[in-house]
Amino acid sequence: MSLTNDRIKERLIEKFGDQVTNFEEPYGMLTFEVPKEMNLKVMQFLYDDPELKFQFLTTLNAIHYPDNKGGELAIVYHLHNLSDNVRIRFKVYADINKPDVFTATRIFEAANWLERETYDFYGVNFVGHPNLVRILNVDEMDYFPMRKEYPLEDQTRKDKDDEMFGRGGTTGYGTVKTDNDTTIAESEKGNVGDKLI
Amino acid sequence: MQDVVSIKDHHIVLPDGSIEKQTTTLNLGPTHPATHGVFQNILEMDGERIVSAQQTIGYIHRAFEKIAERRPLYQITPLTDRMNYCSSPINNMGWHTTCEKLLKIQTPKRVDYLRIIIMELARISDHLICNSVVGVDAGAFTGFLYVMQYRELIYEIYESICGSRLTTNIGRIGGFERNFTSVTWEKLEKFLKEYPRVLKEFENLMMRNRIFMERLIGAGPISAERALNYGFTGPNLRAAGVDYDVRVHSPYSSYEDFEFTVPVGSTGDCYDRFLVREQEMWQSIGIIKQAYRKVQEFKGVEAGVFHADVPEYYLPEKEDVYTKMEALIWHFKIVMGEIEMPAGEVYHSVEGGNGELGFYLISDGGRTPYRLHFRRPCFIYYQAYEELVKGAMLSDAVIVMSSLNLIAGEMDS
Repeated sequence: MSLTNDRIKERLIEKFGDQVTNFEEPYGMLTFEVPKEMNLKVMQFLYDDPELKFQFLTTLNAIHYPDNKGGELAIVYHLHNLSDNVRIRFKVYADINKPDVFTATRIFEAANWLERETYDFYGVNFVGHPNLVRILNVDEMDYFPMRKEYPLEDQTRKDKDDEMFGRGGTTGYGTVKTDNDTTIAESEKGNVGDKLI
Repeated sequence: MQDVVSIKDHHIVLPDGSIEKQTTTLNLGPTHPATHGVFQNILEMDGERIVSAQQTIGYIHRAFEKIAERRPLYQITPLTDRMNYCSSPINNMGWHTTCEKLLKIQTPKRVDYLRIIIMELARISDHLICNSVVGVDAGAFTGFLYVMQYRELIYEIYESICGSRLTTNIGRIGGFERNFTSVTWEKLEKFLKEYPRVLKEFENLMMRNRIFMERLIGAGPISAERALNYGFTGPNLRAAGVDYDVRVHSPYSSYEDFEFTVPVGSTGDCYDRFLVREQEMWQSIGIIKQAYRKVQEFKGVEAGVFHADVPEYYLPEKEDVYTKMEALIWHFKIVMGEIEMPAGEVYHSVEGGNGELGFYLISDGGRTPYRLHFRRPCFIYYQAYEELVKGAMLSDAVIVMSSLNLIAGEMDS
């Protein structure tokens, strides 16, 4: 009942040497990095080892780091040892131009849809997955919407007029200049306070 | 029509070399009253037997994870409402506790207990709907109508705290938006007084009803091992005999102060799922009673505490906003979402109506999450549906669906 993070770390280093790296413990959860071609080996070891017994896949998702060249896509696995009640998380980094990662469906049935979802939103290609097709988005979609190059509307944009808010736009309320070189909206700014009070 | 040679492990074994299609394709859903949500099942039927099932989901995908990357923390709460809308307060509280974990906010005990009251009420309303809908799908409509009255009372309790009923947006980071009023406590007392009798009557109506039992026992069973492999959590996993409960294993919101048992089943079939949910409702009533007693014990200043002291995240009193500079500044910064949160990554989970509802929040030190991933229990265990219904009758397919408590909102995120 006393599987500690240090012990897990020890076992992993014993087995894989310096291939498992970047051990951290953010908010108490042991986190480490694994080379992407090793993800299955490590997962199988964590699953089979009689001491570690990480036999429950809590969740699996991806994160996009556009600035991390050569490893833009991080795939994060959360595993849970239910008998000792310890959770760990490990990450693999994949190149966005060739995001091939081995599938975990052979070990966990739960990985099936989670990997489809990850593929759907990030385009991670899970090698060996039985049915890697989109799950939540439409089949015709030809991009991976959760990647950072598809931002939601940027709140700090300066180049937007107020058309969408019922001001300006085609009527020129916010864009057309008046005689004294301000827009109509700007020239009326001063009135607002008086009217309100 | 060729005969089925044998049935092995719920798989129908068709004769070798049968090339011709001998089966019928049946679309169950996307908008079928029996699916109780928008998702589709394409069933291959051999007569009344199901040969295979293929699920299609995503009809109400609303890109919450993407939207959340552009929202300050407090604006993400309404997104969580819309996942499992049968028990949205649990989702809300789960999100608040995740934020509090990231921000290292310690909530006062009274807040924790108030939260537990709300969460357990939500659990009751969730299980109540699920169990009574199982009844409806088995042909017993009465129970559903009868218990609906008490779900209504639960919704009135939410209403008296946050003003809304289904998509609650209840609570704030650090506590509640306002203290519980006397109306809330009166309604809660009424609930605690009347509900056990109603639940008992509902049980009398269903639990040992022969027709009901024969429909449920043996329908959609799953072994503990398979359930774990499929990532089952919550009542569905416990029905298979694994006593995993997030409230016990990683207590949040002071669940460690409460005494309750975790009911487990053995066969993982619809009847066990029904029984586990039924028992959990009794446990929830017990927890609410304990929490109510604990809340009454607070005296003096402590008795009026309903939020932690976190000016950066908790909106100040409106009166202070009009009169005090500090409060005005915080109010403005919070509303405009101009608070920078600490960098870090945190995984936090709560026991939702359907199981472990997890939030994986990654912050890069900005004003909005860099990435937010929801672990939606429904989405994960719905994968097992084909295995559960293979070889079963069509009517079992419907009842398995409702007893798994599939919520389209949660599945599609």
